[in-house]
Amino acid sequence: MKKLFFILFLFVGLFLSISWKKVPMPPANPFKEKLSDYGFFTGKISEQQPADGVMPYVLNASLFSDYAYKLRFVRLPQNSFIPYNLDSVLQFPVGTAIIKTFYYPLDERNTKKGRRLIETRLLLHEQQGWVSLPYIWDDKQTDAKLEVAGGNTHVTWRDEKGQKRELEYLIPNMNQCKGCHERHGAMSPIGPSARQLNGNYPYEQRKDNQLLHWARVQWLKGVPQDITQLPFEGDYADATVDLNDRARAYLDINCGHCHNKAGPAQSSGLFLDWNTSDSTAYGFYKTPVAAGRGSGNLKFDIVPGKPNESILIYRMESLDPGIMMPELSRSLQHTEGVKLIRDWIKSMKQE
Amino acid sequence: MKTIVIYLCISFLLTDPLFAQSDIEKRIQTQLILAEDGSTIDLGEGIFHITKSLSMDGKKKVTIKGRGINKTILTFKSQVAGAEGIKITNSENIVLHDFTVQDSKGDLIKAMHVNGIRFERIKAEWTGKPSKTNGSYALYPVQCQQVMIDSCIAIGASDAGIYVGQSSHIIVKNCTATQNVAGIEIENSLYADVYNNVTIDNTGGILVFDLPDLVQKRGGYVRVYNNLIKENNLANFAPKGNIVAKVPKGSGVIVLATNHVEIFDNQIINNRTAGVSIISYFLTENKITDKDYYPYPYAVNIHDNVFERKPGRVPFKGRFAKIYWFKLKFGRDVPHIVYDGIVDKEILDTHGQPKPENKICIRNNKNQSVANMDAENGFKNVSRDPKPFDCTLEKIKAAEMKQP
Repeated sequence: MKKLFFILFLFVGLFLSISWKKVPMPPANPFKEKLSDYGFFTGKISEQQPADGVMPYVLNASLFSDYAYKLRFVRLPQNSFIPYNLDSVLQFPVGTAIIKTFYYPLDERNTKKGRRLIETRLLLHEQQGWVSLPYIWDDKQTDAKLEVAGGNTHVTWRDEKGQKRELEYLIPNMNQCKGCHERHGAMSPIGPSARQLNGNYPYEQRKDNQLLHWARVQWLKGVPQDITQLPFEGDYADATVDLNDRARAYLDINCGHCHNKAGPAQSSGLFLDWNTSDSTAYGFYKTPVAAGRGSGNLKFDIVPGKPNESILIYRMESLDPGIMMPELSRSLQHTEGVKLIRDWIKSMKQE
Repeated sequence: MKTIVIYLCISFLLTDPLFAQSDIEKRIQTQLILAEDGSTIDLGEGIFHITKSLSMDGKKKVTIKGRGINKTILTFKSQVAGAEGIKITNSENIVLHDFTVQDSKGDLIKAMHVNGIRFERIKAEWTGKPSKTNGSYALYPVQCQQVMIDSCIAIGASDAGIYVGQSSHIIVKNCTATQNVAGIEIENSLYADVYNNVTIDNTGGILVFDLPDLVQKRGGYVRVYNNLIKENNLANFAPKGNIVAKVPKGSGVIVLATNHVEIFDNQIINNRTAGVSIISYFLTENKITDKDYYPYPYAVNIHDNVFERKPGRVPFKGRFAKIYWFKLKFGRDVPHIVYDGIVDKEILDTHGQPKPENKICIRNNKNQSVANMDAENGFKNVSRDPKPFDCTLEKIKAAEMKQP
């Protein structure tokens, strides 16, 4: 009898806990709940071994995201291909999935010590357009679960100097993904353009240029066979590359995805993408428009020769959400990036 | 029995309507992401502490409603990420009504690329004293069409309280803007009606600006009428570098490089620098590199307003004050309306005069007085002759709004 009461109470409690929640529940979302539901990986999912038909790739220059490391993969629908183009993001066919996993090695000095996967972002090319979905890894690294509202998590690791680093890592929500991944109001991938893929990848068989490899497996059609004809954006971290090219690569991948004529920051009139040639639009002696306190009491975005008078530097250095640039996926200063852009501005002749 | 009590306690804890703030934030953000077209999101009643930008994208006919500006309050005081409080992008026919947003790090509510955006009875404010660490804009539609801002309150913006930029077909009415650098600003925007508003205690009351280097180049066809524009004498607290940092305190209305502007039936009271200033972009002393930019104001019609001002010198603060004090030398008899006098030579008639349809016209205002600053010639021939301005222009048509 006592047991019966207990069960009854249990039900009453459960009922109350459901009916008392005045907060309306959001509508169900139509996407897969778990990353494992897609079958992108084979074996233990945390090993991130691509399944058949899933291609790993790297970009020459990568967006800074609080020193997170990234694993990138793409899966094309069967019997399809991408037409090659020279200067913009590749036009992946409907059905494509682009997969990007963010992780931190426990110790950057010795990556064999293991890593912690934080989130995997998917870009799915549906009939209606691209959709972005953030999946957050559980603590045991058994799977990642869809969280449309994003989230945050505390991350610690040891950097290359053995210093302990930590931060509150922010996982953007679905809309914030689009905050960067936008062209003409629609979702779009940012990274995989020919200039960014024009580099080597250590494939199982042999190391090879990614564009040529994609062409060989019939993924990419119309690639010029002469490798010198391919566009190239270098790694901004590579000190052997020309300073101007490094700076432009850095600004292209870190700023140009929003700051371009068709991007979300178009209302600012500041365009830092690869294709901008107008010097005012690129920031030289350009006054801010709606920067507010982001101006830092400075007059121009870039003053040649004077990094301390350039709003660009001020906003790259800031950690205040109302001032800092990029607005998202950064809670630390990118020391190396700031130094690069400082050196670049300093190297220019003053007017 | 003990187990039962504990169980009940736990389930009550879980059901607490005030359950963890972070859950509320996540709930609101999830609703904004998953909202179906045509739906309404009810924020509910309470004070909600939000730590990250809330955003909505790609929706049609969605309403976000509160229970009243004193009952539903979203505060961003402890914001850690995202520049705006609320950001709405790439959408159609969005309505926000009856709630308060406070203290975001950047702008309070930004709408970009929205066709049909209505703000009704929204209070957007930075609490505390006006400060340069406040965000830029309280209500901020940019590159939008069909913009309605009705019965809203904007307080404490370090740039503009109500700012409509690079947009078209705009109504701003029944609003109150106070303790902002600019109360209401219409920038690079077409077909705007600004009426029945109160702008008090800002640095500048209402600004109509056209600026270079922007995507939407040319604004105009702006009507400013039936507003109370009073005592906008607040010290300018905008961070330098922004155009509004150059606005002298004590400015009622400023028309900067905008064409086809009609200012009428307003009460423009005790703004200590100027009731209405009509200036070209050259007065900002910024270099112009934008070849498509048009820096001159023309076809500005100022009529049937009431001007009042206590006698006294303009406040001695900033670059413009120096011009007033040392070049214009009005002393205590400051004109209500000033015009910089820099004209586009290309649009003059054969007698060197602006064509009738391009004139600056000032007529039938109570207490009207005007000065042409002759800024082009180093303020040498400052003229207080009202005759050149005694004309009228065809009335500008009301801004057309399609009902969503």
